[in-house]
Amino acid sequence: MQLPAKMIHSLFLVNSSGDIFLEKHWKSVVSRSVCDYFFEAQERASEPENVPPVIPTPHHYLISVLRHRIYFVAVIQSEVPPLFVIEFLHRVVDTFQDYFGVCTEAAIKDNVVVVYELLEEMLDNGFPLATESNILKELIKPPTILRTVVNTITGSTNVGEQLPTGQLSVVPWRRTGVKYTNNEAYFDVVEEIDAIIDKSGSTITAEIQGVIDACVKLTGMPDLTLSFMNPRLLDDVSFHPCVRFKRWEAERILSFIPPDGNFRLLSYHVSCQNLVAIPVYVKHNITFREGSSQGRFELTLGPKQTMGKGLEAVLISSQLPRGVLNTNLNPSQGTYNFDPVTKLLSWDVGKINPQKLPSLKGSMSLQAGASKPDENPTINIQFKIQQSALSGLKVNRLDMYGEKYKPFKGIKYMTKAGKFQVRT
Amino acid sequence: MSASSAFNDEKGGSSNVGEPEYGHDPASGGIFSSDYKRHDDLKEMLDSNKDSLKLEAMKRIVAMIARGKNASDLFPAVVKNVACKNIEVKKLVYVYLVRYAEEQQDLALLSISTFQRGLKDPNQLIRASALRVLSSIRVTIIVPIMMLAIKEAASDMSPYVRKTAAHAIPKLYSLDPEQKDCLIEVIEKLLADKTTLVAGSVVMAFEEVCPERIDLIHKNYRKLCNLLIDVEEWGQVVIINMLTRYARTQFLNPNMNESLLEEGGGEKAFYGSDNDDDTDDEEDKEEKEKKKTEATAIVKRKPYVMDPDHRLLLRNTKPLLQSRNAAVVMAVAQLYFHLAPKAEVGVIAKALVRLMRSHSEVQYVVLQNVATMSIKRRGMFEPYLKSFYIRSTDPTQIKVLKLEVLTNLANETNISTILREFQTYIKSNDKDFVAATIQAIGRCATNIGEVRDTCLNGLVQLLSNRDELVVAESVVVIKKLLQMQPEQHSDIIKHMAKLTDNIQVPMARASILWLIGEYCEHVPKIAPDVLRKMAKTFTNEEDIVKLQIINLAAKLYLTNSKQTKLLTQYVLNLAKYDQNYDIRDRARFIRQLIVPTDKSGALSKYAKKLFLALKPAPVLESPFKDRDHFQLGSLSHLLNAKAGGYQVLPDWPEAAPDPSVRNVEVITLLERVTTLTSVPEWTKCSSREKRKEKKADKPFYSDSEGESGPTESADSASDTASGSESGSGSEESGSGSESEESNEESESASEEDEEEEGKKKKKNVEKIKARKPVPESESEPSSGEDVKKSEKKSKPRIGSSESESEEDDDSESESSESEEEESEEESEEETKKKKKTTASKPPSKPPKKENKKEKKEMSLLDFDDFDPAPSPSQVTPLNNFLSSSLVTDLEGLSLTDNVLSPTTIIPSGNLKTYELLHRITGEGLSVEYCFSRQPFSPDPHMVAVKIQFTNSATSEAKSLHVEDAKLQSGMRIKEFPEIEVLPAGETISVVMGIDFCDSTQAANFQLCTHTRKFFVSIQPPVGELMMPIFMTENEFKKEQGQLMGMNEITEKLTLEEKCQGEHAVVQRVTTAANLSRVPCGSDKECRFAGKTVTSGSLVLVSVVTKEDGAAQLTVNCEKMVIGTMLVKDIHQALTQ
Repeated sequence: MQLPAKMIHSLFLVNSSGDIFLEKHWKSVVSRSVCDYFFEAQERASEPENVPPVIPTPHHYLISVLRHRIYFVAVIQSEVPPLFVIEFLHRVVDTFQDYFGVCTEAAIKDNVVVVYELLEEMLDNGFPLATESNILKELIKPPTILRTVVNTITGSTNVGEQLPTGQLSVVPWRRTGVKYTNNEAYFDVVEEIDAIIDKSGSTITAEIQGVIDACVKLTGMPDLTLSFMNPRLLDDVSFHPCVRFKRWEAERILSFIPPDGNFRLLSYHVSCQNLVAIPVYVKHNITFREGSSQGRFELTLGPKQTMGKGLEAVLISSQLPRGVLNTNLNPSQGTYNFDPVTKLLSWDVGKINPQKLPSLKGSMSLQAGASKPDENPTINIQFKIQQSALSGLKVNRLDMYGEKYKPFKGIKYMTKAGKFQVRT
Repeated sequence: MSASSAFNDEKGGSSNVGEPEYGHDPASGGIFSSDYKRHDDLKEMLDSNKDSLKLEAMKRIVAMIARGKNASDLFPAVVKNVACKNIEVKKLVYVYLVRYAEEQQDLALLSISTFQRGLKDPNQLIRASALRVLSSIRVTIIVPIMMLAIKEAASDMSPYVRKTAAHAIPKLYSLDPEQKDCLIEVIEKLLADKTTLVAGSVVMAFEEVCPERIDLIHKNYRKLCNLLIDVEEWGQVVIINMLTRYARTQFLNPNMNESLLEEGGGEKAFYGSDNDDDTDDEEDKEEKEKKKTEATAIVKRKPYVMDPDHRLLLRNTKPLLQSRNAAVVMAVAQLYFHLAPKAEVGVIAKALVRLMRSHSEVQYVVLQNVATMSIKRRGMFEPYLKSFYIRSTDPTQIKVLKLEVLTNLANETNISTILREFQTYIKSNDKDFVAATIQAIGRCATNIGEVRDTCLNGLVQLLSNRDELVVAESVVVIKKLLQMQPEQHSDIIKHMAKLTDNIQVPMARASILWLIGEYCEHVPKIAPDVLRKMAKTFTNEEDIVKLQIINLAAKLYLTNSKQTKLLTQYVLNLAKYDQNYDIRDRARFIRQLIVPTDKSGALSKYAKKLFLALKPAPVLESPFKDRDHFQLGSLSHLLNAKAGGYQVLPDWPEAAPDPSVRNVEVITLLERVTTLTSVPEWTKCSSREKRKEKKADKPFYSDSEGESGPTESADSASDTASGSESGSGSEESGSGSESEESNEESESASEEDEEEEGKKKKKNVEKIKARKPVPESESEPSSGEDVKKSEKKSKPRIGSSESESEEDDDSESESSESEEEESEEESEEETKKKKKTTASKPPSKPPKKENKKEKKEMSLLDFDDFDPAPSPSQVTPLNNFLSSSLVTDLEGLSLTDNVLSPTTIIPSGNLKTYELLHRITGEGLSVEYCFSRQPFSPDPHMVAVKIQFTNSATSEAKSLHVEDAKLQSGMRIKEFPEIEVLPAGETISVVMGIDFCDSTQAANFQLCTHTRKFFVSIQPPVGELMMPIFMTENEFKKEQGQLMGMNEITEKLTLEEKCQGEHAVVQRVTTAANLSRVPCGSDKECRFAGKTVTSGSLVLVSVVTKEDGAAQLTVNCEKMVIGTMLVKDIHQALTQ
């Protein structure tokens, strides 16, 4: 008889060497041998990220996500929206990260009991129960060194004794009875620019993805409004559930009762239809000559349209063709590294000084007799620009209602490179 | 950790010193090798009475489970700790139980009673977790217990517990499918729940247990639509998916007219893409034609008007596209794709493109769905073309999917940019990706005629690529392209013929051979030569190549037998002895066909026709074509195969089913408002409910922006016409909510002004309350109601918090969340306004109203805090002073049922509440008290005072407790246990005992919260200082005889008009004083007896009625003061 047994049946955590180091079952136990199908797929995939997220097996379906080099493999028995499971697994990872600072195999093993308690609360019979971090923290306190010591001595527990009252309130994301001596609210406007630049230096596609991450530590039930100088810039937005959608639609103002602590208030998108200023340019000359075992490599970076702000933490990486045996390059600043096995070239440039542009020049030695590689490598660039949001988005003001004290407010802007590629 | 290592040291080397950390794989480490002695450690720790040791042991055991090690032999030792006080130990034991109970069913039964007890705990968290664990234990024997528990929890007053009940339903169903019918009943009940907390979970249960019972949704449809935005994200996904299916069965296809417009370029206009390519149209033409005729038929019958409920769904889901949860966005996207008019589907594109920024797994799923959508609705994604460009760092599976989308989006205008992109991709190092790109180019070429030559040339260039895979893939694609117009491309065929020398990939070789064979007349010189070469290498070729060699030979033999006859013979001979039987068969078959022999069959005449027939060019189709017959976003869609439990998305119905099934009975505000005139308490209730309704409709994302359009106007019009509650309610709320908010704000500003005013009004309210006549019917519960009541009572009443309306299943369940900071004054005002506006309308159903009210009152009985189940039959044994005279009790029963029952039941029904702390003075905390007239079990000399806290502030109140009692000498207070947290909007009741020393002096004390202290006092009416006792008539007379003289007070009075029946007198007296009736022979006299709580002095009351309402009241009491005061009170009660 076919019984519906939906949602997540079991969860296996698999490390990069293919060991299952944690398993949790919400219904009857599924043998870990089901993971063999996963391992098969893993072998077939050339890269770790090429393992298909959904793998059908004769009796189950395996849905997995890869984060921090750990596969979280959920076992499903029947129809369920795959995104539902994937999104949930990511939420689990986020929670672990939130609790333990990092989400590594070691951290999970060290905190296996907390992990189990968390998983127990997050899923009931395979259906998500409490995923809001504020609620979970009321139920299970995150481990800290101090608390571990205290617990051992006093025999007290990590498990909260109270009902996660947040689940019942109108604002389920906020703990009640929050108290701080210093009331502060910080907002980080972080923009990432994704771009593909073609050989000649013209932009093929560029778009800006931004987020506003907040760290709000305010007493009581503050009601905040945040307004922008130029809200029309935002092409597409997604909100934390606390934001009042109607207010945004009508006035383009973010009005919300914030969760306690760190959270992502808003993600937005500035579309490629708008002209995006590209803050960096690359001059490159990479050539392989037919018949020669030498290739030339020249790279120069320079700032462009940065609104007077400096480019920092610049890092270049490039996957050189397989035929390259080694490189002999000379950076004008920073350090470079070439891994002859993976063929990965990386150059840590640091800051760009507009007066003295950084460059990397030299030669590459190729496999003797091999024919010339048919593709020039793509160059990936990472950088940061402090105190500036590339799209020009500016917060106008932040007001608080509902509480009497005066909070300390801070807003920071930053631009980063997202997936920034230069084809050569 | 230090404890554990200490423990291990004690054990003297029973462990490796380096292994005390449970986190580090204890199971495979030294401690817990397979040696069973090691587990004895743990057993010992579990048996110890130190919680810390138990905890340590449980942690290790959980670590073992996590590693997948077997810990089942510890079951007996673990299960013992199920009732452990330490909450963390308990939780870990639960974890263990759920894991192993199935394997050790008998032992698991030992734990059941603990959970059953937990189900009755006053704390909702404990109730919920007990139900969670109980339902997770997969032991078939306990199915009836689970069923019972679920049923009870489904009517629990805590929405959190009800949510848990909803979660438990699928668990029970998977354990025992035979319970389905019972479970459906519970689901039906929970579906009617109005809290957002429950909605998602119950729909999930619905989907798992009875997805076919779509009829259960009708009544809840509008409510679900309106609640949707406030439901937690996971619930949203489930509800949206279910509603998609629902809508497909209940509404008409919104696009049925559009197929007409389409022909006239309707679609193009919508999407602004004038370049819809024609191939697509050709493919669909037939289908469209059919649709068109269908559509015209329908159109002729009836013009399409969107059902307002259909519109409601679309409108209420749209804001969820802004959700941060990818699953929610996807769910809305598929809903729009399947349900929305074509013109509106476009809105989802932006959100889906946004999801592409997310984790690669999310990208993978989204791209699969975009690929399917982009075939049907290309225009939707065209503006976002560039978002699908591929980066070298994308994982291959993502690249391939993006490529798929790009190909689907290609049309004449953008093909040049797309091809330029493809050129870059072809140079990639990732060869699988390159192969996919070549395929994509092939598809673009077949779909878009203008670029066919360009593509072909590009592909031919690829034939000189160094990578064999690239070349092979190109060959395969070129082969397909050439089939379209072979005559123009003999050069290419020649070029490819040359490739046979180098290329080794079988598929490619086979393709080349097929091409040469097929078009041998275009390359008459080369073809035989190729066959010659192939004949040489025949034995070493792969099977598929061999087959093509035979094929080529046959074709050449037919066209050019002079040159190739011998070669063909040779090849066929080789094939005859091949190891593969397919090849042997083919060889035999072909020989018979082409080589003329004397007895060759009729077929050989047609050999030429058979082999050289014109073959239709292949259509290069997207693998995602027609995948949308699976519901998008589903697992089945992703796998393109039906997954177990997949619910097929039904086709639109031909004609819409009756829309009126979704009409909810109009439990109108109107009705309630009229009730208000007589019952002031209702003010609060109804206004709360109103608030709730509004709140449900006033989500954070509430979207009042009306999509203007003909359909919209149509639906709003019919909305008002039908007057359906939820439909019009949502409209209302859009405008209503704003003003309300501002109301609240201004309120806090002018708080002080209002305080005074508030007090006045409060007094008014109280006056009304006091004057409120108690309807006769109430004191005589009809037998039917009695049954109902006892039914309800037999369910364990848990809950320290009160549940006024929760009890009534049919009255709106008033969820804890609904308590809002709405002052009574405000609601008064509001209702008054309402009254004015609705005054002209006559009350619709007065009798029903009466009933309802009555039920409400009755439910008050159920708050008793210390004796959870005082069902009428149990009352007697519970009160020990009653039991003494069981005989008289029975005598009494013989008189009339309704003489005794009122005395035991009614008093609590008429509990008068007094205010202890007003919500304004209490800064949002309001406190009321009443004398519950229950014996105070910790100390029989105390009067039980029930205190009810309502937190109407926005923040929670913490640590409510009593402090610093300033009492008259001799008075004592038994404080209630401290309330740790009272969340905003919650109400909680506690009981405290006060020994008033038989005086009416007030008990003063401080009521403290974590922030403030309030001075409060409780002053008892004299009637509350006593408790009832039972006596026989004779005893009464005897006692009365001893309390003469000073101890007797007599007063004459005239009964008030309404108060002339015996019942009324009994009623009034028992309301004024906590006394019980003493049976009496004459019906002119009513006698009552009681004793004071502290000293136990007898209190005897008799009322002798005479003609014309005259009466004589006699009170006999040792304590003269009490006697005097009591006479005064009773006198007042009887004459007013």
